[in-house]
Amino acid sequence: MSNTSGNFLKSSLGKKIQMGLTGLFLISFLVVHCLLNSFIFFNDGGATFNKGAFFMATNPLIRIIEIVLFVGLILHAVQALVLTMQNNKARPVKYAVNNGSANSKWYSRSMGILGSLLLMFLIIHLSHFWVDTKVAQLNGKINEHNTYLEILEVFHNPINVIIYLLGIISLCYHLMHGFQSSFQTLGWNHPKYTPAIKLIGFWFSIIVSVLFAAMPIAIFLGLIQ
Amino acid sequence: MSHGNMNLTLKVWRQKSDKVAGKLITYPVQDISPDMSFLEMFDVLNEQLITKGEEPIAFDHDCREGICGMCSMFINGQPHGPKKGVTTCQLHMRSFKNGDTIVVEPWRAAAFPVIKDLTVDRSAFDRIISKGGFISVNTGNAQDANNLPIPKPDADKAFEAAACIGCGACVATCKNSSAMLFVSAKISQFALLPQGRVEATARVKNMVAQMDEEGFGNCTNTGACEVECPKGISLENIARMNREFYVANMKE
Repeated sequence: MSNTSGNFLKSSLGKKIQMGLTGLFLISFLVVHCLLNSFIFFNDGGATFNKGAFFMATNPLIRIIEIVLFVGLILHAVQALVLTMQNNKARPVKYAVNNGSANSKWYSRSMGILGSLLLMFLIIHLSHFWVDTKVAQLNGKINEHNTYLEILEVFHNPINVIIYLLGIISLCYHLMHGFQSSFQTLGWNHPKYTPAIKLIGFWFSIIVSVLFAAMPIAIFLGLIQ
Repeated sequence: MSHGNMNLTLKVWRQKSDKVAGKLITYPVQDISPDMSFLEMFDVLNEQLITKGEEPIAFDHDCREGICGMCSMFINGQPHGPKKGVTTCQLHMRSFKNGDTIVVEPWRAAAFPVIKDLTVDRSAFDRIISKGGFISVNTGNAQDANNLPIPKPDADKAFEAAACIGCGACVATCKNSSAMLFVSAKISQFALLPQGRVEATARVKNMVAQMDEEGFGNCTNTGACEVECPKGISLENIARMNREFYVANMKE
């Protein structure tokens, strides 16, 4: 048998594996993000929360990981775009009738749309918080920067609360497919463990989304001040 | 009309060749027995068309007992119709109701160009197989039965993967027209056995390269292929192919 030496990164499976790895990496970021943000529920006027925010903004290791995070995110989005374009090309004539719900979940077939919504949300989200923190950092005013007050201000606006809730719903469904899907892509499918991975993925998506959603809602309702 | 027979409205894709565009044409069919297979119902329709001097509908079929993988047809939005674990020849008209409208389309994928009407060219699968869907052995006498001990679970899994009949339902139903269930089954049936390990590295790389070359889409793990596969080929095979693929690439 001859041996093809193809380009791993450009092959269909290579790109899939990149999607899975970057996806899992982004999930690990979500865990940290969600935990640190949950400091808001201490409801101590932002004392604990701002300590966490200050650590994240100033720790040199976090600064490096931040760059890796952006690279991971861009890779995930760019590969998704390339794969989606290839997939569209693979079926030039569409079906007149296609009963997708007979064999798969709607959100597993809508990862591209959910991901695009997430990206749009992310741009809004970064412009709310990340950009201001960066500006404060560059001006050497990070010690005076109060992320907690900024959050209260953003979430007292009902339009922002709605945008965030829509973003979180997209995240929830994106994770529900993405979490277990990344394990399958990396070849970790096992009759005993795969049902457990799927269950963990489901509850992870729900818990992360509920925690994130509780923040704007609690602030808007004045439960956190 | 004898008891229980049905009148149906068929909307069938008609296309002269892959050079010209096709469209759905409506055909009423009467007095269809619920015990007919879906293909037999098409035979009745074609007899009617021939009697009227019209061109019969071209569709693929061969064994008509669910083992050859030749019959295709995307029926009401599902490959091989609404029943699980069957090919179109094993789908019976009792799965439909009197008065139903049934839409029948060919497999749709760039890698499966329409030959005519409902027949598509699936030779892309043959070209993938020719790149590594075999083992290189000298022929001769069969070796002793217990010469190569193989664990029973492995033998069973290899056998389950080998049940793939290459019908292409996985490609047809996949929203991305991905052939990964087919390719992974053909890789797994060897990867699980010692005879297949010898060329495992070259096999997975060659077959995946040819799959990409043919213009099939990429897998997004929706799992539709596994549900629609008439032979119940498992997604576990795709995971195995992914493992085989990155391990093979690491070896270089």
